[in-house]
Amino acid sequence: MTASSAPVSPWPARLRGLAGALISLALTLLGLLFVTFIISRVVPIDPVLSIMGQRASDAQIEEARVALGLDKPLWHQFLIYVGNMLRGDLGTSIGSGEPVLQAVARVFPATLELATLATIFGVLAGVPAGVLAATRPGSLADHLVRLVGLMGYSMPVFWLGLIGLLLFYGILGWVGGPGRLDALYDMQFQFEVTPVTGMILLDTALAGKWDMFANAFSHIVLPAALLGYVSMAYISRMTRSFMMNELGQEYITTARVKGMPEWRVIWVHAMRNVLVPLITVIALSYAYLLEGSVLTETIFAWPGLGSYITEALGRNDMPAVLGGTVVVGVAFITLNLVSDLLYRLVDPRAR
Amino acid sequence: MFLSPILRHAGVAATAALMLGTAPGVLLAETPPDTLVIADAIDDIVSLDPHEAYEFSGLDVVNNVYDGLVELDPSQPTGPQPGLAESWSVSEDGMTFTFKMKPGITFSSGNPVTAADAAYSLQRAVKINKSPAFILNQFGWTAENVDQMVTADGDTVVLKTDKAYAPTFLYNCLTAGVASIVDMKTVMEHDANGDMGNEWLKTNSAGTGAYVLKSYKPNEGYILEARAGHWRGDAAMKAVFMRHVPEAATQRLLLEKGDIDIARELTPVDIEGITGNADLKIQKDVGGQIFYLSFNQKNELYKNQKFLEAMRYAIDYQGLAETVLKGSMVPHQAFLPNGYLGALEDTPFSLDVEKAKALLAESGVTAPKIVMDVRNATDRMEMAQSIQNTFGQAGITVELNIGEGAEQLKRYRARQHDATLQSWGPDYPDPQTNAGSFAWNDNNADDASTGTLAWRNSYDPGPLNDMTAAAVMERDGDKRAAMYRDLQEQHRTTSPFIVMFQIGYNSAMRGNVNNFFTGGAIDSAAYWLVTK
Repeated sequence: MTASSAPVSPWPARLRGLAGALISLALTLLGLLFVTFIISRVVPIDPVLSIMGQRASDAQIEEARVALGLDKPLWHQFLIYVGNMLRGDLGTSIGSGEPVLQAVARVFPATLELATLATIFGVLAGVPAGVLAATRPGSLADHLVRLVGLMGYSMPVFWLGLIGLLLFYGILGWVGGPGRLDALYDMQFQFEVTPVTGMILLDTALAGKWDMFANAFSHIVLPAALLGYVSMAYISRMTRSFMMNELGQEYITTARVKGMPEWRVIWVHAMRNVLVPLITVIALSYAYLLEGSVLTETIFAWPGLGSYITEALGRNDMPAVLGGTVVVGVAFITLNLVSDLLYRLVDPRAR
Repeated sequence: MFLSPILRHAGVAATAALMLGTAPGVLLAETPPDTLVIADAIDDIVSLDPHEAYEFSGLDVVNNVYDGLVELDPSQPTGPQPGLAESWSVSEDGMTFTFKMKPGITFSSGNPVTAADAAYSLQRAVKINKSPAFILNQFGWTAENVDQMVTADGDTVVLKTDKAYAPTFLYNCLTAGVASIVDMKTVMEHDANGDMGNEWLKTNSAGTGAYVLKSYKPNEGYILEARAGHWRGDAAMKAVFMRHVPEAATQRLLLEKGDIDIARELTPVDIEGITGNADLKIQKDVGGQIFYLSFNQKNELYKNQKFLEAMRYAIDYQGLAETVLKGSMVPHQAFLPNGYLGALEDTPFSLDVEKAKALLAESGVTAPKIVMDVRNATDRMEMAQSIQNTFGQAGITVELNIGEGAEQLKRYRARQHDATLQSWGPDYPDPQTNAGSFAWNDNNADDASTGTLAWRNSYDPGPLNDMTAAAVMERDGDKRAAMYRDLQEQHRTTSPFIVMFQIGYNSAMRGNVNNFFTGGAIDSAAYWLVTK
């Protein structure tokens, strides 16, 4: 650096970075809309016929085609589609006639609640397990973590869910069954609790209905633990490898030589560096769960985004499928952005 | 040390808290004695407005929340019974029907039920013109003339029709959900932009039924609450809670644990699995949907009567029903489902490969090859594979063309198929609904807009057209039933249709649940008679 190059304030650079991020965000969104639009047009399903079914006359079908704007050229349809999306109009479900945005607003909190709890479980179990395995490579604990992780990777969630339900709900009776609440509580909840967040744990807690809260917890704990297990398998493997890498670094040896307690070496010094890549891993696994784990939601009769999209697919309800897909895409992009920001926050090099 | 001492204590505390949260004490396994909890797949609901609802799950709600002028008895849905009308008569010329209203009945709002409400409701159903409106349009009622055709006069409602139809035709159609009577005053209070309260009624109720709709969340469920002092007598179940549970295995688990009282969507495998469980019972019914094979007569081959007959003996109806379909369908061989006026219950055809071979030889057709369109659903593909196999034994080659339902329907509607495996559900509780489609085609040209099933198969029913037209006008109920029996006898031996099965319902329930009626082929579920 020469003396003439005066230090530049970091702000313009940061603003430029932010602008860049926003532009890339907008482009990603547009790409997402383009892809969903194309998918809706190339599927070999006549959207009009799937709405009108067996009975309608040819004239009625033509009328519906015009009403849906399907008689216009493709580029025009795409412009209308993007315009609607930008105004927050995700279309109207063919099946229920309900605006997709309204439906998603109803079902998404259920998925959010499940995915958040599952991620908490996954992190709480996965990070310590990964650290344990990394600090004792080759030990019984390491093998055990690997084995448990491998099972989480390879067993179909569908099967795990059914077996879990059968065992913990059917035979042992430790947890609540499918659905978000027992029937009686569910009815009380609908009449006595004003939904604020749409997440039952939060809403019951806010209303001070602690017995309902406990019941809701007993229902969510199994699917969340199940999804948490899958996410734990991933997180623990990644934590182990990141941690192994850090523990081999010189600064760790230095810290140990200086006589620092081992837990401090691991959890403070090494962890700070492990956290950087780990955030991305956790965010990705969270985003994956937010897509609505379709099979888990179906088995547990969980009225979330995954089951909404699946059922819409079954009815050829393309506006609902696409609207749901766009929401998933937006959630994914948002999480990516958040993990990017967090990454900058914890990693001094990225500042 | 792997963890700091403080963290280790915190971990133990957190684990303990988690386990406490799941303690069995917070679980209520039994359903309350005066509440009926049902699990079903109800994502078919489009609307709960009785003049718009046209799907099984929606009509179940309508049946419990609304009444019509005439009704079906849920325990024995054979013919129309008094509903909100106490008596009715038909004029000499057969074109004017007068219904006298029962006095003293109120809507859930407290408003008294009047003839004006009844007339308004039928007018509304025609005017908002949703999917089921055509059921009423059949009587010559249009949005323009319905105010003159349907009128209130004191405590009577007068219905005029454009022709002298069979009175049973009108009465049967009036038992359909689209003829439900709504509370005019309440509905009009919720009129938005001239929609006659349609938007509001999609998720609210304004009827005279035993229940009131308290809550409906799409893809989650609905709650009905019983009305005190209902005109039929108070329902034993004070509340009905329907939970949307799409997965059959999950429904079964909930039922076995006692968290629900009735499971309506169990698979044959689940039904087998719970057979023998002393806490549960299984109720078998038939529904209205029928499954059939049909052949496009653009292909001259399918006009050969001996060849068609050969194929009728080359299907393993009984074996399929017992092994592959396991009670989810029952053999049925005429176009009116059991439960309908004039239905034929006998099954004259059965698998007889030798007879089929002989008939094929007689027909003069050599080495026939059929391309059969089949929807990509498991039960249909299994059905088609069995047919392919037994047809093969009889010397008829079948090539399966498997595809997505809407696409196959497109080919069918355009008369592009060779043969197709299809299902058909009746639209309303009168035999005309199926006769008018399977046995009616007055213009067999490609550009005709009839669109009936007969037309789709390029089938000219010939004399059967006249029989269908006459049956819908026959004023004597018994004679009318006989006409439909005769019509079907001829149809099943001469048409290019082979009706094979009628759908079966398996409702599994806790042992203490009694008097749950699904409505069978022509009606919807009734909750108000259930006890437990």
